[in-house]
Amino acid sequence: MNPVVAKLNRENLKSEKETSFDIGDNVRVHCKIKEGGKERIQIFAGYVIARDGVGNTETFTVRRISHGVGVEKVFPVHSPFIEKLEVQNSSYVRRAKLYFLRDRKGKKSRLRERIKARK
Amino acid sequence: MQGLIGKKLGMTQIFDKDGARIAVTVVEAGPCPVIQKKTKDVDGYEAVQLGFDEMKESRVTKPMLGKFKKAGVAPCRFLAEFKMDEGEEVNEGDSVTTSIFEADIFLDVVGVTKGRGFQGVVKRHNMAGGRMTHGGHSKRRVGSIGQCSYPARVAKGQRMPGHMGASRVSQQNLKLAEIRAEDNLLLIKGSIPGANGSVVIVKKALKK
Repeated sequence: MNPVVAKLNRENLKSEKETSFDIGDNVRVHCKIKEGGKERIQIFAGYVIARDGVGNTETFTVRRISHGVGVEKVFPVHSPFIEKLEVQNSSYVRRAKLYFLRDRKGKKSRLRERIKARK
Repeated sequence: MQGLIGKKLGMTQIFDKDGARIAVTVVEAGPCPVIQKKTKDVDGYEAVQLGFDEMKESRVTKPMLGKFKKAGVAPCRFLAEFKMDEGEEVNEGDSVTTSIFEADIFLDVVGVTKGRGFQGVVKRHNMAGGRMTHGGHSKRRVGSIGQCSYPARVAKGQRMPGHMGASRVSQQNLKLAEIRAEDNLLLIKGSIPGANGSVVIVKKALKK
């Protein structure tokens, strides 16, 4: 890649701390939404089921069940329109993409919680 | 000034004001020294010749060196002519930068597309080709190229296999997403012709 383009790509990256969440984490994404000239914060909460790409183009997918219907939303990891990302808890998962959750309903669609070692 | 000479550096993505990701091409445009002014009296038309990409004096032919010396600028690898805006005054030796553009205007970009070699009609002219299955033998063939005894010849301009790409192409009405004046960078929405590192001409849009 051209060094000038690479420098542009590094420009607005978020810190490691802000982007260090894992697959299977139960997260609350606070995203800014513009409505009729006003800005407000909307929270989208659910499991992170995938992370795709690297660098400034990296995205993650959050899946939640809303009114009985599965909803997935893809967010850019380094988007300035993500105000905050809270990790509620992590899960014990064995794969990088949790697409199998799409076929699961009810109690089966839960993930086993991972107890993190105390630092 | 209506345009600049630049170099395509590559593509990336940025966030716009509404938080949407947009794909942009990064072009390093200018600064371009004014090599020669063409005037109505001498040349029959008004234009300005700009240069781009400095090079060693030893690589330039003597006649060209004289031309650069006359303008008082370092020798340039690429030259191109541009029209001036009405009432604009420039002199030989001046440097033209990205300040001639503003963000959110539309641009036309001229470049040389990537060479694709000898290609068939499916890739070169977007023809449908024949069927791949059920015993098709005309999978990616040309097919019929005309009638029989009348007119007994193939029409001029009939699309056929041949050399594709490496041709000068203008892409019109591309939005200028952002200007980085300090680095002489233009971030143009969408793609532009040519490989990374190739020289492009960036002009204010003709039709907007």
